[in-house]
Amino acid sequence: MGWIGETVDSIKSIKIRQLLTQAVTLGMIVTSALIIWKAMMCVTGTESPVVVVLSGSMEPAFQRGDILFLRMTKDPIRTGEIVVFKIDGRDIPIVHRVIEVHERKTTGKVDVLTKGDNNDVDDIGLYADGQMWLHRHHIMGRAVGFLPYVGWVTIIMTEKPIIKYLLIGAMGLLVITSKD
Amino acid sequence: MHSFGYRANALLTFAVTILAFICAIASFSDNFSNQAPSAQIQILNINWFQKQPHGNDEVSLTMNITADLQSLFTWNTKQVFAFVAAEYETSKNTLNQVSLWDAIIPEKEEANFWIQISNKYRFIDQGHNLRGKDFNLTLHWHVMPKTGKMFADKIVMSGYRLPNAYR
Repeated sequence: MGWIGETVDSIKSIKIRQLLTQAVTLGMIVTSALIIWKAMMCVTGTESPVVVVLSGSMEPAFQRGDILFLRMTKDPIRTGEIVVFKIDGRDIPIVHRVIEVHERKTTGKVDVLTKGDNNDVDDIGLYADGQMWLHRHHIMGRAVGFLPYVGWVTIIMTEKPIIKYLLIGAMGLLVITSKD
Repeated sequence: MHSFGYRANALLTFAVTILAFICAIASFSDNFSNQAPSAQIQILNINWFQKQPHGNDEVSLTMNITADLQSLFTWNTKQVFAFVAAEYETSKNTLNQVSLWDAIIPEKEEANFWIQISNKYRFIDQGHNLRGKDFNLTLHWHVMPKTGKMFADKIVMSGYRLPNAYR
């Protein structure tokens, strides 16, 4: 019966106020990260202001593991711009360069053809069946800047999810056991 | 406050912040470079000019491209991507841009070049509007940095014209 008494004592000794403060602090940290992310989405005009390069199709400029900063403005799409687009029905964004543009006089709509710098052929093979051109609504943003190597963290966490769980577990443990 | 964990955390945060700051400064320094590139494109020959089975015009031409892009390179430059595009207007489209040739220039020494080449990518119109068409040839370049902001610009050369009849 002694150990039940000990357990009850140790539960009573957890200061409720301190625990609540720690929970609120954790909540504040998470929500401020979310606020920063949403603010970046507003400033850059695109759903994903930062993307990680996943393939080698734009080498040697962009290697796998680099991150790209994106921006989307109302400016018309012109050749040479590096754009990030998603094909209907597929989740993965692709980062390639625009090599052909045809802009309609009457509607202002554009037909766009893209190609990866390191690929031999243009992207027609990547588009959906029967699709010959990309249109503005496929394009999520233009690449305006880049940082090398930083994206490897995301790639490792996506491809080996165990590391993601380990990291989050370790961080959670640190928060709970820290005495201040 | 003096445990290994806290010290490692503080050191790591400081190191990452300084690294980010250095990358930003390196990128900012690119704004101060004086850029004076020059280029010339000559069309040597229209190899052939046909209407495809689907009805679209297609041209093959041989160009002589001379350019000096050495002043675009800074210490923060990883490569310069140069390409030549043909720009023209048709009755249906306000603007058509078709990329004809591109090259990756990894070093300053290779940025002063002369090349005679036929178009790497097919010059196909949306329709059959190319007979007698006036068009511009633009040399675009895209400076890709080791870190930070990318810069792009172009030189527009006008006065080119396609033949009035298919060959």
